[in-house]
Amino acid sequence: MSNIYLPFTSRIIKIIQHTDIDYTFFMEYRGAVKPGQFFEVSIPKYGEAPISVSDIGDNYVGLTIRRVGVVTNTIHEMKVGDSLFLRGPYGNGFDVELYKGKEIVIAAGGTGLAPVKAIIDYFTEHCGEAKSLTVMAGFKSSKDILFRDDFKKWEQACDVTLTIERVDDDGIPCRSGLITRYIPDIPFKNVDEAQVIVVGPPIMIKFTVAEFLKQGVREENLWVSYERKMCCGVGKCGHCKMDDTYICLEGPVFNYTKAKTLID
Amino acid sequence: MAYKIIRERFDQYLQQLKKDYRLFAPVVLNGKGTFTDTDSIRYQEINSIGEICFDKKSNFSAKEVLLPITQTLFYFTEDNWSEPKVDDKKLLLFVRSCDIHAIRRLDDIYLRNGFKDPYYKVLREKVRFCLMECEQGFENCFCVSMKTNTVEEYDMLARPQGKFVYVTVKNSELDFFDGKAIEIEPKFPQKNMTEVKLPRRLNQDIAGSPMWQEYSARCIGCGRCNFVCPTCSCFSMQDIFYKDNANAGERRRVWASCMVDGFTDMAGGHQFRKSQGDRMRFRVMHKVYDYKKRFGYHMCVGCGRCDDACPEYISFSNCLDKLGKAEEADQ
Repeated sequence: MSNIYLPFTSRIIKIIQHTDIDYTFFMEYRGAVKPGQFFEVSIPKYGEAPISVSDIGDNYVGLTIRRVGVVTNTIHEMKVGDSLFLRGPYGNGFDVELYKGKEIVIAAGGTGLAPVKAIIDYFTEHCGEAKSLTVMAGFKSSKDILFRDDFKKWEQACDVTLTIERVDDDGIPCRSGLITRYIPDIPFKNVDEAQVIVVGPPIMIKFTVAEFLKQGVREENLWVSYERKMCCGVGKCGHCKMDDTYICLEGPVFNYTKAKTLID
Repeated sequence: MAYKIIRERFDQYLQQLKKDYRLFAPVVLNGKGTFTDTDSIRYQEINSIGEICFDKKSNFSAKEVLLPITQTLFYFTEDNWSEPKVDDKKLLLFVRSCDIHAIRRLDDIYLRNGFKDPYYKVLREKVRFCLMECEQGFENCFCVSMKTNTVEEYDMLARPQGKFVYVTVKNSELDFFDGKAIEIEPKFPQKNMTEVKLPRRLNQDIAGSPMWQEYSARCIGCGRCNFVCPTCSCFSMQDIFYKDNANAGERRRVWASCMVDGFTDMAGGHQFRKSQGDRMRFRVMHKVYDYKKRFGYHMCVGCGRCDDACPEYISFSNCLDKLGKAEEADQ
């Protein structure tokens, strides 16, 4: 019987620094993976951390990792050519097929942009496959902006609204305040069919979802990704459970009709 | 087959069994209790029936055997893993009805909830149960209310009585007694001192009840209720390295508790269920509401160990009873 807790070795093939504390590590990986899924990333002696997939390519995945603890601090000291240990991918992920042929809005707060980045990449590279794509991303300050180069690329292919809470001028064109302020400006053609994805900190999800509902987006067309503590990733350790749902098994991506019933 | 045999013969039988089995039973550990001059009753390996504590409830359950408090998942050196060796011997556990039901709950989480857990599976396949009867149940037991007072899934039964032991062996693999067969019916408690009016129509609406916040004032978040529970199955992962060789170490899992600080803490500082009242609500709802939604029956088996262990005298059975009675009053 295969041991679900044993990791495999994966070499770092590229590292991109976004901010002082956010780096993307491109890791060797051959196998199926969906946007929104996550890997348990570890270094022996330091521990494991669940990290969602931000980039998907031939024979690699990108993992955007913020330096916030023992494991991630140690990962940040690693170089191209070094190896990390992975388990996964786990979780359900986003089903790209669901959004094809629709108006899509993706609203992300902070590092919440990482788990949806691969969907944005997909639809900006396959422009004809969606009726329209609107990307809204909010950060605390311009120092916190992730994927700066990708934003330039996305702007060519879709509507992008980049906001920062605290206005400071470092030359990046963005708006001030929270993304909720700009939701009423989205020119929905047929709001009944529009598919909306919201990912970010719990408080951001709450207010952003409320604003989309106010605009007439249907609950069944809203998708969220929940971040919870996940030690095992395989439905055993119990840390991520909400109601009878294990976020690591049935999530982290939920339709809002289900997500709204989950109480912490 | 059932037999009446003298105790010495039963002990010889246990010695024979020990060639292929490790025998675990509740044992009184003198002076190891929580308070001065108190004993603790816990699962240990035994050699004779005289060591087994039949007349009191064990403080911890047989969960300790299948799901050790600390369990090494693998050892690592610089770039190599090795899994811990597993003893070839089978396991014979002396357990009561409620605890056999509890292991069925652990099976759900570890074998039937998505992926199979290899560490649990390898031990679980080796387990045989020897039923210990409880005639009346003990203080705080409410197995009758939870319908876990009777059980069919046991491999043998042992009832010590004076100089004799009455034995029923259902699993032929354990049957090497000789002598005249007799008839023995297992005795199960039909009534407990504690009876619980179970809530039948619980739903998420109860989450907003002010009742939960009463527990914020009393609960100190020590997690004992989780640790003594035979059905609590959560764990956290830890990496450690050896002091004398920092290049080698091991990854372990250790029991975790939803009542203790840190259970939901994520990197970056987010945490959920900060108050003890919210944690109590989460635990109670898991035991008698959402687990049933997922697996079809309640998780709680009514052993009452959480009530026995709480230093603040918070009663889980009383909480259930309160929910059940409130529901009845609403009708």
